[in-house]
Amino acid sequence: MKEESLWYIFINASLINNFVLAYFLGICPFLGVSGKMETATKMGGAVTFVMLISSMCAFVIHALLVAINATFLQLISFIVVIASTVQLVEMFIKKMSPALFRALGIFLPLITTNCAILAVALFQTNKGYGFIESLVYALGAGAGFTLALVLMAGLREQLDFADVPGIVKGTALTLLVAGILSLSFMGFAGLGS
Amino acid sequence: MSNPIQDKPNTGFWGSLKDSPSTDEFIKGLWRDNPVFVQVLGMCPTLAVSNTAINALAMGLATAFVLLMSNILVSSLRNFIPKQVRIASYILIIATFVTMTDYVIQAISVDLHKALGAFISLIVVNCLILSRAEAFASKNTVGKSVLDALGMGIGFTFALFCLGAVRELLGNGSLFGIPFFPENFQEWIVMILPAGGFFTLAIWLIIFNATKEKRATT
Repeated sequence: MKEESLWYIFINASLINNFVLAYFLGICPFLGVSGKMETATKMGGAVTFVMLISSMCAFVIHALLVAINATFLQLISFIVVIASTVQLVEMFIKKMSPALFRALGIFLPLITTNCAILAVALFQTNKGYGFIESLVYALGAGAGFTLALVLMAGLREQLDFADVPGIVKGTALTLLVAGILSLSFMGFAGLGS
Repeated sequence: MSNPIQDKPNTGFWGSLKDSPSTDEFIKGLWRDNPVFVQVLGMCPTLAVSNTAINALAMGLATAFVLLMSNILVSSLRNFIPKQVRIASYILIIATFVTMTDYVIQAISVDLHKALGAFISLIVVNCLILSRAEAFASKNTVGKSVLDALGMGIGFTFALFCLGAVRELLGNGSLFGIPFFPENFQEWIVMILPAGGFFTLAIWLIIFNATKEKRATT
């Protein structure tokens, strides 16, 4: 396990064990924000950015908690840090680039309750990754999330023109498409070995 | 995606259970506002751990417990928590109970803890719990919030069980680990894989929509 190359970690997090399609993480934004291509790309970018920052913070916090022998506080401190990171990022973007801030709108605060962010923090500590490995892992997870979101948005934009029976419309249809996407992503399973 | 905001808050600590339609708070979570099938909340754990019936049931009960405890605490503190920091306070309350649940499950059954993995910790970010705290418990009495949490919790567990049972039955040919089909049954491997979760939930949603449409037309 310790010998994993950085490239393998990236491919593993983004394609083989895609956070959305294999781990079911971040399904809420996946179902909610994948209606339009434009918002999907922005959401993906914002999530990746927050993932990177919170992954860095989580690494430091975990080291601190181990040092003072209080790992049972892990979950509580992670969630607080993620919530405040999102707040910080929000203020920073608002100050630096009001245009980008307006474009992201409601998505920024919503990121706090995106389970994929917390999962990155938890998985990297469970796997015992070092600092650089954690960063690559977060980057891969974010790339995978963005990829799934963009693919889904593209498909849904096409589906708007399709003639779908009334009872299947909405969430059910999105889930069916997600299932087929998930099947196709299984084709990547052989990449790692 | 209905999310009924409740009528004006009652005054007393437990509220007046008699003169309000409190059974309704309980019943609505079971079917009419079922968290998974109607509100489509809490999708991540729903899909991820519903590969066997026992995992689904354990996850549902753990979530229901956290939901109940956080609803009680949030509703009893609803007059003390300042508006500006309420979301952060709710998340802290939820995280505390999730940590407790995590350790309790580890103490009861190490196998189960391994099977559920990080998804116990991820109950924290289950939107169902936060949405009940924000939309219901912060505005209603403790008595009502308990009923609401029980209804929603049981509804969530029921939905998870529906998914888990179908997936285990078709994917493993068993229910609660007991073989269900004759020897020569060919398992549908796809049902245990992630894709199966998406398909099963989609089919349940279609069934749900179909019954709703039927009732509306008659």
